[in-house]
Amino acid sequence: MARRIVPCLDVRDGQVVKGVRFRDHRVMGDIIDLAARYRDEGADELVFYDITASPQGRSVDVDWVRRVSETIDIPFCVAGGIRSVESAGQVLAQGADKISINTPALEDPGLIDRLVRAFGSQCVVIGVDSIADQGAYTVRSHTGDPDRMRTPGRQTMDWLREVVERGAGEVVLNCMSADGTRAGYDIEQLRAARELLPIPLVASGGAGSPDHFIAVFRQADVDAALAATVFHSGQIPIPQLKNTLAEAGIEVRPC
Amino acid sequence: MAIAVVDSGGANISSVLHALRRLGAEPNFTSSPAAIRAADRVILPGVGAAGRAMEILGQRGLADVIRELKQPVLGICLGMQLLFESSEEDNASLLGLIPARVRRLPETPGLRVPHMGWNAIRNLRPDPLTKSLNGRWFYFVHSFAAPIGDWTLSSSVHGEPFSAVVQRDNFRGAQFHPERSAGAGAALLRHFMESPPA
Repeated sequence: MARRIVPCLDVRDGQVVKGVRFRDHRVMGDIIDLAARYRDEGADELVFYDITASPQGRSVDVDWVRRVSETIDIPFCVAGGIRSVESAGQVLAQGADKISINTPALEDPGLIDRLVRAFGSQCVVIGVDSIADQGAYTVRSHTGDPDRMRTPGRQTMDWLREVVERGAGEVVLNCMSADGTRAGYDIEQLRAARELLPIPLVASGGAGSPDHFIAVFRQADVDAALAATVFHSGQIPIPQLKNTLAEAGIEVRPC
Repeated sequence: MAIAVVDSGGANISSVLHALRRLGAEPNFTSSPAAIRAADRVILPGVGAAGRAMEILGQRGLADVIRELKQPVLGICLGMQLLFESSEEDNASLLGLIPARVRRLPETPGLRVPHMGWNAIRNLRPDPLTKSLNGRWFYFVHSFAAPIGDWTLSSSVHGEPFSAVVQRDNFRGAQFHPERSAGAGAALLRHFMESPPA
């Protein structure tokens, strides 16, 4: 099976934006244009994160989800603002392949079970924001808004075990200490997560060079690597990245 | 050409409809037996669990309607599995068009279930549906799979080989999601629409 390359697009009001440390969001372009560009460049999957929806308690405006589904023919996942079986159902009905939940799962873990029962494991992705501190990994919630971020007091690895037991189909582990640094993925933390996860694991946070992708696939055995800035800025073109990975002996889908 | 997409109760069927529209078709998403019988092509999509899907087909009186179709039929993902005799999922009895049992993917260390990602397929015998698609990559999302048999047009591997594309008489099926498999998936759907009437 090919390792997946997954650009993550932060969406606000139908536009793709990019903020620095979640502040001062800058418009990067139209959501459909960027989705189509990544599809053409050989992205294996896209994640759309509705950054306005989650912190303010709004749900996802589903119209752009339908437009994305009409346009692109690769799988995509919608994150942000989904806090019930009903809102998840609306997003899936518009053509999203998966939904990802983070804070709502921490607040109400039973939501994972209910989503799995309603839509099947394969649709249910759990996003986990985790901070490494002196060898201990702990989860953060409400990370979409720096002023509201909380520490629910859960150990990351305990939480990962729980989401698997509840039937989650995939985990996106965002290593917050690495996020935005472009200094490489948190291999140590991802490797610890890999050891206990029988379901697909997506690495997030820290990508800055093609070598970082090689390292995370080789050393942490993740199924997919997610990144935003290095793709949006054009610093790492996806076709070139996939060639580099293939040359390093890592199986990828040819562009 | 009339294309019926069977409404079997799944949550995210619209991606199949969008894919067909991108190819210029005007699919009719329906649970009407008359519309399904009258269609030139029938697509049986399916996301969710086998037992529940059969229950819905039964409630809507569609199980026998589908079994008796003579035009080309394409099952997608769970829709492909429904063509088989039975499944380990929910211990469900299926449509019984292909004599084999769908099994859970093996729980092997290092092997992820669900199988979620892109795999290449290998054509085991020629068919208009899979023409020129040997070695191409498709997007799979599944926890259950059909074994290899004389019904297998193309195989793929996740821990062990399984049926990626199947055919028996006018019934065909793909374990992967052609609607989410970029150019290769579009080619398969086009082949299905262009396939000669059975």
